[in-house]
Amino acid sequence: MKGTNIGEFEEIVLLTIASLMDEAYSVNIVDEIKRVTGRSTKLGVVHAVLNRLEEKGMISSELGEPTKERGGRRKRFFSVSNAGKKSLLKTREQRNQLWDSIPDIVFKGI
Amino acid sequence: MEQNPPKWLSRILQWYCRPEILEDLQGDLFEYYQRNLNRGKRMADLIYLVDIIKFCRIYTIRKPKLIGQMNFFSMFRNYFLTSVRSMSRSKLFTSINIVGLAISMSVGILMITYISEVLSFDTFHEKKDRIYRVLTNYQGVNNDEGFDLASTSIFIGNKLKDDYTGVENLVILRRNLSLDLTHGDHVISAQGLWATEEFFKVFSFDLISGDPVTALSEPNSIIITESVAKKMFKDQNPVGLTLEVAGQERYNFTNAKISGVVKDPPGNSHMDFEILGSFSTLEKYATGLEEEQHFYNSYNSVWMNYVYLVVTEGHEALTVQGHLDQIASEEGENYDRFAIKYELENIKDIMPGRDLSNQIGQSMEWEMIYIFVALTLVVIISAGFNYTNLSIARSLRRAREVGIRKIVGAGKWHVFGQFIFEAILISLIALVIAYGVFTLIKPEFIDLILDQQSSIQLDFQWVHLVYFVVFAVLVGFTAGFLPSLVLSKLKAISVLKDAGKFKLLRGVNLRRVLIIVQFTLSMGFIIAATISYRQYEYALNFDLGFKTDNILNVQLKGEYDELLMNKYAQLPEVQQISRSGMVPSTGEVWGETVKYKDPFDSVDIHINNVDKAYLEVHDFEFLAGGTFPFDIKKDEEPQFMIINEHLLNRFGFSNPNDAIGESLKLSDGGNSLKIVGVVKDFQHLKITDELQSFAFIQDDYLRVLNLQVNTSDLVGLMNKLETIWREVDSVHPFEAKFYNDQIQEAYQEYNAYYKVIGFLAFLTISIAALGLLGMAVFTTETRLKEISIRKVMGASERNLVLLLSRGFLLMMVVSAVIAIPITYYLFDSVVLAGVANRITFGAVELFLGVILIFILGAITIGWQTFKAARANPADLLRNE
Repeated sequence: MKGTNIGEFEEIVLLTIASLMDEAYSVNIVDEIKRVTGRSTKLGVVHAVLNRLEEKGMISSELGEPTKERGGRRKRFFSVSNAGKKSLLKTREQRNQLWDSIPDIVFKGI
Repeated sequence: MEQNPPKWLSRILQWYCRPEILEDLQGDLFEYYQRNLNRGKRMADLIYLVDIIKFCRIYTIRKPKLIGQMNFFSMFRNYFLTSVRSMSRSKLFTSINIVGLAISMSVGILMITYISEVLSFDTFHEKKDRIYRVLTNYQGVNNDEGFDLASTSIFIGNKLKDDYTGVENLVILRRNLSLDLTHGDHVISAQGLWATEEFFKVFSFDLISGDPVTALSEPNSIIITESVAKKMFKDQNPVGLTLEVAGQERYNFTNAKISGVVKDPPGNSHMDFEILGSFSTLEKYATGLEEEQHFYNSYNSVWMNYVYLVVTEGHEALTVQGHLDQIASEEGENYDRFAIKYELENIKDIMPGRDLSNQIGQSMEWEMIYIFVALTLVVIISAGFNYTNLSIARSLRRAREVGIRKIVGAGKWHVFGQFIFEAILISLIALVIAYGVFTLIKPEFIDLILDQQSSIQLDFQWVHLVYFVVFAVLVGFTAGFLPSLVLSKLKAISVLKDAGKFKLLRGVNLRRVLIIVQFTLSMGFIIAATISYRQYEYALNFDLGFKTDNILNVQLKGEYDELLMNKYAQLPEVQQISRSGMVPSTGEVWGETVKYKDPFDSVDIHINNVDKAYLEVHDFEFLAGGTFPFDIKKDEEPQFMIINEHLLNRFGFSNPNDAIGESLKLSDGGNSLKIVGVVKDFQHLKITDELQSFAFIQDDYLRVLNLQVNTSDLVGLMNKLETIWREVDSVHPFEAKFYNDQIQEAYQEYNAYYKVIGFLAFLTISIAALGLLGMAVFTTETRLKEISIRKVMGASERNLVLLLSRGFLLMMVVSAVIAIPITYYLFDSVVLAGVANRITFGAVELFLGVILIFILGAITIGWQTFKAARANPADLLRNE
């Protein structure tokens, strides 16, 4: 079913939004992803993902105050919705289960 | 200082992006732009541009505004109502607009009907896409350019019939089949074409009875058209009958069997015929006689015949063109005195088509159509200006309406659509009136402009309705475009907050320019009309150098000139009679070449065959010698000639008397003729051409009787002449015209020019005057208060009239300054440049019409301004 599963990049974006708390708007998200993962992401890509996530109901957005740094335009702040939170948790749970089922021996020597 | 990204780039984003996310994107890009600035402004701009392009994705692009459009249609009724109300509120302006548009659109309708009819030519042929005509370019050693001919040789037709690929069928035609058909006591004279038996395989003319395959295969068989059959045989089926025929005895063609009846060729066929004669008649004749085969077999007999062929399906015309080029180069080697080239022309390109000599029927060149269209456009644009002008000027009155609409939620394009709709509505109303005007000018147009032999009828067809409506919509759109744009751009707040502040005279310069253009056109046309009329008059009254008054030219149609002459001579009204081959100065030209002593010096001259009396009847002035001493009998060799000064000088005689008694030799192997007289130069060509070497030749081939008549009862005389004619020639109709009338007919084109240009002048002037009236009314109306106050302050009526008219008069002066030199140049250096005898035009021709327009304009403006100036200021100011 659409919306219950999220892709890898979508997950990163969601996590970033969650970690940025009140400062999660497009440019910040791009910068944060780059800082944490080292991936230089294109603004367009992030935008498309944000758009998709919003469509899926994973995130919600609201406009802030006009700022000088944006030439008098408002920022659109994103926050993770309940649905988003749920699917983040679900993803994490699935991963944990998988991690738990891996015998320690597999990673020996790394 | 903060730097901003280029505005135009941002605008692209604005244009395509959805409004919901526009701000977001703009903000993001702005931040990035600021960051990129440290890499240089140019780099930042570039990245900005690339980003904008990259952001153009499905989720960012705005959806087409379906809902907005729906809104427009649901508002239709409202727009219609408002339009009608606004029209009825200002009846004067509405009628000015409608009348102006209607006048010009009537010409537009005429053009549409005319062009669609011309373009429909020859479309009824089933194989029209594959039917081609062989054109010939004949270049003799003497002429540089060669002639482009619609005709070709029988030779090439027969050659292509041999096994050349790509030719499915081919028909050879020959013109000038003229026959008098006799059946019982019925005699009918009919014109037509000789045609080979494949005629019906190529063309789609309907054969009503007879066998299309064999009807034209037997020698001496003819096919007649339905109307000829009706005239001769009533309802009886004539197929199989044998008739006595006259007119083609030279081909031993005296009895003709009717092998078929064909429907009359439709009006949109470029070839017309009443009879078709079988080509095998000619073939049979030619094969019998060695010395007569020239016209039939020779490669360069390209003047009388036409070859139409059908290209085989799946083949290109190029294949056949290749064969023609090959034949031309192979055969060309045998001849060095001329070169012939061939070209193929699709049947649909014949009418309208190229400028070709020896057309088989009517023809119409593309240039002519372009000129018509251009002139029509000028008139329509002029009328469109009126609409534009008045609507922009009056946009103030609608400004409040626009303001309210915008506040209630109309977008810019809604308002634009509304006013365009209104313009189209007006133009559709104008269309109805225009059609009425069109029916009035149609017969005049057909008579005047089109050739007498043209079959164009300008009949209504249902498809025209579509064209007309499309045309009206286009006109409405064009005329309404600018005012609609102006109105749609109005800002609701500024209009409603303080209407007084709203710029009243916006677009004033544009309006002035439009009025100036209108008047420039009007003045140009009226000057052109004056000059053309004067040139026409000049041509009619030109002193030709001989007398043409009271000379009645009777066209002879058989070998009975002496008999008829003797009978006519007995009439008391006929004072003198002479005979001639043709009628000079009317555009008809007969040619010969003559040599004097030097056998290599041959001179092209123009000639006329005349009898002894001719020179006296026409009162030619002799410089030396006199007319022929006697007339020759039938079949006698000519002996004498009379030359003009030009020819005299050409052969270097210093004194006219020296030439008397000398002999000139006619063409190659022709007779030597003794010069018995020298006449003063006279204008034997149309006055557009310079006179040439000319000679009167004593010859028995005489086609015209020149009767010098003196009568007060012209009708009675004509009846007498016709009665006598009937006794002598019962087959052909009596045809007589006064010489002066024939000259007038020869200058028919001038007549047509000045009438057309005059008509256009009338149209543009009426339209411009209407527009001027509208503007004058508007200006005075809006300035009524100003005028009243001025008047109260002591301005005299004269002052006020001047004040109000000054601007308009100035515009007319500017128009005159533009129009006069341009028209002068156009006529002096282009139109009349090639005319040998032309008027010299000066102030009268140039200024007469312009002054007329000034007076008309002054009356129009003066009427309104005077009315305004006379108004009682108390009435106007009281209500303030």
